[in-house]
Amino acid sequence: VVSTQSTGNYFIQTNLRMKLLTHNMLKSHCKGVVNGFPLKITSNQVDVKEIEFNPDFISRMLSRLDWTVFVQSANLLGVGEGLPDMLPEDQDFDDEDVLKKIHHALLEVEVIEGELECPETGRKFPISKGIPDLRLNEDEK
Amino acid sequence: MKPTPLTPHLRSTAYSSVYPPAEDTFLLLDVLEEHVTSHVTSPLICLEIGSGSGAVTTFIKSLYPGAFCLAVDINPVASRATRETARLNAQDIDVVCSDLGSGLEMLYGKVDLLVFNPPYVVTESTEVSNGGIEASWAGGIDGREVIDRFLPRARKFLAPSGVFYLVGVQENRPEEICTSVPGLIGCIVATRKAGREKLWVIKFTRNKQESNSS
Repeated sequence: VVSTQSTGNYFIQTNLRMKLLTHNMLKSHCKGVVNGFPLKITSNQVDVKEIEFNPDFISRMLSRLDWTVFVQSANLLGVGEGLPDMLPEDQDFDDEDVLKKIHHALLEVEVIEGELECPETGRKFPISKGIPDLRLNEDEK
Repeated sequence: MKPTPLTPHLRSTAYSSVYPPAEDTFLLLDVLEEHVTSHVTSPLICLEIGSGSGAVTTFIKSLYPGAFCLAVDINPVASRATRETARLNAQDIDVVCSDLGSGLEMLYGKVDLLVFNPPYVVTESTEVSNGGIEASWAGGIDGREVIDRFLPRARKFLAPSGVFYLVGVQENRPEEICTSVPGLIGCIVATRKAGREKLWVIKFTRNKQESNSS
């Protein structure tokens, strides 16, 4: 795990990563794929970076997430502990303990190097320096 | 007035294929800053297509610290430059390397603030590129080829109350662009002369009269 400390003007490459929140928005668009979501994450380099907890942001974001995919991916990366299997129906969900666990898994755990695999074709999209590369080759479009 | 993001790293040859902030960038930043209190009050999800140097998304994050800001570029070098610009300006944004947001269809109907400063320069069709520095400015016939390819997707990305800002030049025929997308209403919100370019910014919103279909 790469250090999250910065030392003066020389920053270790700690700001280059893909959050699980971002992963929740990505799908495969290879030709012929019917449902390219979700992409399966494999990673050998994950980092944790502290992000300011904003309960309002988390609450607002919950309705825009695919919750099942988020929990699955969090478990895959070993950070799913404490996440409920399903979101409560209650619109005013504000259990702060749980919101903090969601905040951590959603925003603070980040993939630096890894791959995202299309669920239908097995095509792997690389994640390098935290940036997923979803470009297709000409013959895949 | 918010400061323009610093981009000293762009001087490095490693980033020679990245379009540095220029007059078109600054016009867009000015419009965004002006609109922040009136037109776009608290977006949750912000998406920039063709982020280039990353100055715009970094600036957007500074305007809306409580938002999730995602930047997309087809050029992997620009993607890294975007990330670096955010880091140097102490802003936390996410970056994806993709062609006009392909692969981000899960965001359809969810983007509150969408921004695109496209390759708008009038060139031969053959110059429109899939990467490299040409991708940042070569717009093909009427400078419209990339703009026209993205416009239908813009409509899909926008949340019901979402707002989309597009930049271009007079040769792109902005009045025509304003009404060319079914489901979107556009109006020119700013113009500026920069050298030989007559720049404009169009603001689009979703047509409220359409039915609830994506």
